[in-house]
Amino acid sequence: MTKPKIAFNWASSCGGCEIAIFELGAKIIDLANKVDIVFWPAVMDYKYSDLEAMPEKSIDVSFFNGAIQNSENEHLAHLLRAKSKLLVAFGSCANLGGIPSLANTSNRDQIFANSYKETPTTENPEKTFPQSKVQKNEGELTLPEFYNTVKTLDQVVDVDYYVPGCPPVGEQVSKVISQFVEGELPPKGAVLGASEKSLCHECKRVRTDRKISKIVRSYQIIPDSQKCLLEQGIICMGPATRGGCGSICLDANMPCRGCYGPLSKASDQGAKMLSALSSMFDADSEEDIQRLADSVPDPLGTFYRFGLAGSLMRRTKQ
Amino acid sequence: MEAVELEKTFEPKIVGFLCKWCSYAGADLAGTSRMKYPPNLNAMRVNCSGRIDPSFVLRALASGADGVLIAGCHPGDCHYTNGNLKTLRRFRLLQRMLDQFGIERERVRLEWISASEGEKYARVVRGMTEGIRSLGPLNWKTTMEVVA
Repeated sequence: MTKPKIAFNWASSCGGCEIAIFELGAKIIDLANKVDIVFWPAVMDYKYSDLEAMPEKSIDVSFFNGAIQNSENEHLAHLLRAKSKLLVAFGSCANLGGIPSLANTSNRDQIFANSYKETPTTENPEKTFPQSKVQKNEGELTLPEFYNTVKTLDQVVDVDYYVPGCPPVGEQVSKVISQFVEGELPPKGAVLGASEKSLCHECKRVRTDRKISKIVRSYQIIPDSQKCLLEQGIICMGPATRGGCGSICLDANMPCRGCYGPLSKASDQGAKMLSALSSMFDADSEEDIQRLADSVPDPLGTFYRFGLAGSLMRRTKQ
Repeated sequence: MEAVELEKTFEPKIVGFLCKWCSYAGADLAGTSRMKYPPNLNAMRVNCSGRIDPSFVLRALASGADGVLIAGCHPGDCHYTNGNLKTLRRFRLLQRMLDQFGIERERVRLEWISASEGEKYARVVRGMTEGIRSLGPLNWKTTMEVVA
């Protein structure tokens, strides 16, 4: 029997998803015995021309992490789609846009101005900004084109399976990879390596009255490690977030930030979290309600921290 | 000539979520009393304004609506005791998030309209239609496609 051919690629991401694969530890040697890794730019030396030279649909499964923020990301998405039988959106960025899609509250010009001009540590007297093409004596030099709007993988190409998480937790990665190796796969479009219930469902903390009278940020108090964080006033994304991560942040006494994304039946993670949080407001008068609503820091950035590109609204208006 | 003029004016598309017990009855009263108000609002009946999930509002805007009206019973009059208070809590936070999305406050409104306030219903629809007409179309689909 020939070994299944596997590819990994990163697009607009931090590299944490690659580390998640290394969380397999010694099992990665077993993996290397069971599969043929044909493309993995983060780890081994490959050229895009190697990938271009492969026959169509010759890769059995490609794990694609990272969002689509420039023309190189998009080119690789199309290329891997063409060369792969199955394409998997791996991690929050490929699934929903992830942290990079918070760039959708801005645009290319503002991002460039901030990164290449306004930050206090930047010295750029010649006002050099990235260009997609520049003419030099040696010829034309090119850089990928930076987009105004970050997209999820499935907004660019057809995706077969989704593995959420920032990054997906090691245990789940190991399960998911063996699902592919054994060929035990659910119908196309399924979310793998996660639960179909919210994180609250697997959270061991005690809930009592489900009321919030004051919003606090996690650095302002040392929360009780046995009680629901929302009831202590800390915004925890648990109610609007898919479980399956093993509630590792909550075990470290930190709130869920929502990286596993919305549940299959929820249309929009941010809207669901907004609803869950405001429904807990312990206030009946207009003034008290307004005061509590005003005390939520950065609602958009908090509720869509990992999924603005994949949300109903996708971006802010410019 | 007149037809050409009409095509040029922008007609706002407004989605209205009206609670069955108060505001939808108020809208009915406006109709049966033959009050005049613009036809720009598509009314949808819901059992309680507390049923309006913020995602309904976002979906309406993302799918092409220029504005959304949520209307329910006055505080204290809710058929389900406090459904409208739940709406108010969600709405105040939603307003802050819509500010961040760059959506003007005039486009998404919460109004208390009782079954006897047909006149108020007509006034709210008139006010919203004119307010949104002067803001212009929202065109969220275009906003989402600003790629290059």
